[in-house]
Amino acid sequence: MKIVKKGWKEIPIGGVILEAGNASDYNTGDWRSQRPIWNEEKCIHCLQCFVYCPDASIDVKDEKITGINYFYCKGCGICAEICPEEAIELIPETKVSETEIKVSEMS
Amino acid sequence: MVKKHVEVGTTAVAMAMRQINPDVVAAYPITPQTAIVQTFSQYVADGKVDTEFITVESEHSAMSSCVGAAAAGARVMTATSSAGLALMWEILSVASGLRVPITMVNVNRALSAPINIHCDHSDSMGARDSGWVQIYSENSQEVYDNVIQAIKISENEEVRLPVMVMMDGFIISHGIEEFETLEDGDVKNFIGENRPKFSLLNIKEPVTHGPLQLFDYYFETKRQQVDAIYKSRLVIREVGKEYEKLSGRSQPIIEKYFADDAELIIIVLSSTAGTAKSVVNELRKEGLKVGLIKPRIFRPFPYYELKEALKNTKAIAVLDRSNSFGAQGGPLYIEIRSALYELTKKPLIKNYIYGLGGRDISLENIRSVYSDLEDITKISRVEKPVSYLGVRK
Repeated sequence: MKIVKKGWKEIPIGGVILEAGNASDYNTGDWRSQRPIWNEEKCIHCLQCFVYCPDASIDVKDEKITGINYFYCKGCGICAEICPEEAIELIPETKVSETEIKVSEMS
Repeated sequence: MVKKHVEVGTTAVAMAMRQINPDVVAAYPITPQTAIVQTFSQYVADGKVDTEFITVESEHSAMSSCVGAAAAGARVMTATSSAGLALMWEILSVASGLRVPITMVNVNRALSAPINIHCDHSDSMGARDSGWVQIYSENSQEVYDNVIQAIKISENEEVRLPVMVMMDGFIISHGIEEFETLEDGDVKNFIGENRPKFSLLNIKEPVTHGPLQLFDYYFETKRQQVDAIYKSRLVIREVGKEYEKLSGRSQPIIEKYFADDAELIIIVLSSTAGTAKSVVNELRKEGLKVGLIKPRIFRPFPYYELKEALKNTKAIAVLDRSNSFGAQGGPLYIEIRSALYELTKKPLIKNYIYGLGGRDISLENIRSVYSDLEDITKISRVEKPVSYLGVRK
């Protein structure tokens, strides 16, 4: 999903939320200053990162990690800290290349 | 039919509140405001209104209750003074930020310390950037009129902002004056039905009030708020015209008293304007071209109106009943001086801080201000931009 933030004339007044369950639309990923990079070769799929992630940013399919959801990931680094195989490395967002930034806007 | 009353100012407010018949009043007593909610609570006890009167443990709770009730879609009123307004501080910007209509009367009283119960404007001037519309009243009649109009301004679709109506503590709140009230039915028709935009009680269209907005949306929401208070200028004018038709009393954004051809003008808010008008009358008899301007609205600040009204004036004295410590003068002066900046021919302008903590302002004080203005025009410069009127040396 490409994130298009609305202008001041387009949003409801007073910050009112008009629909239920729209927290999933909240791009908490734009809080992030550090980005976890997942190394698929090192990963043993122990799922510790999935368990410890305080958000829902570790994507899993059929009990295997498939990637990190940068739309939600706030870059807290808990996944990198907990990983027993050092398969997740944190890099500063400032070091992320242009192409990778585009990827981060997708979810 | 017009009904005349001779009562204290707080009764004028309570009478307006009875006619408005708000759904909810949440208030805490504080001198000199107490008599408003005390009189009103008697109306509640006597069954003269349908209001749910919430007695709270503090002004912080009073304003919080008002915000909650207004978000639920109720027509809400409250009143306070001084330290009470200060205790509401946090919730004032919640009310304006959430865009909930609330009408509050603030009976102007000095802030502590030293503790003082008498009139100055430091309480409401301290809240001038809280996002509320601010209306200042000269006398009991004006406060009655302003309270009724405030409901309509506040609930306007384009505005949806809380409105604060000021009256001078003791001088007006406890002074007995004659005032007229409208018929109950006329007030009811004038304010109309409250049509809440996003009611928490409307279960068919559920909404969330007050969610988090960080660097992604907060700024946009504040930009909207700027637009709303800007648009309130037109709404205040329209509501004023409509009210004038009903009451026969004009409701100008700024009141001009002998100001059109005046060379020397005093600008002052609230009850002191009454004192200054009688000095203008005297000096006009002596042939002096003096005048007075009383802004009724302070927020949104009437800079267009003031700039237009002051462009041919020689010298202006702005009288502030509050300090802005460490600033370049009082709040009214700073704003007016700024409003005149774009004029090619700028009038001379001087500021007087007066009346702090209820210090009387006499006719003689006002005369001395006009006399200073005469001296200033002779030398074409202002030597002391800010003076303190009525303080002992």
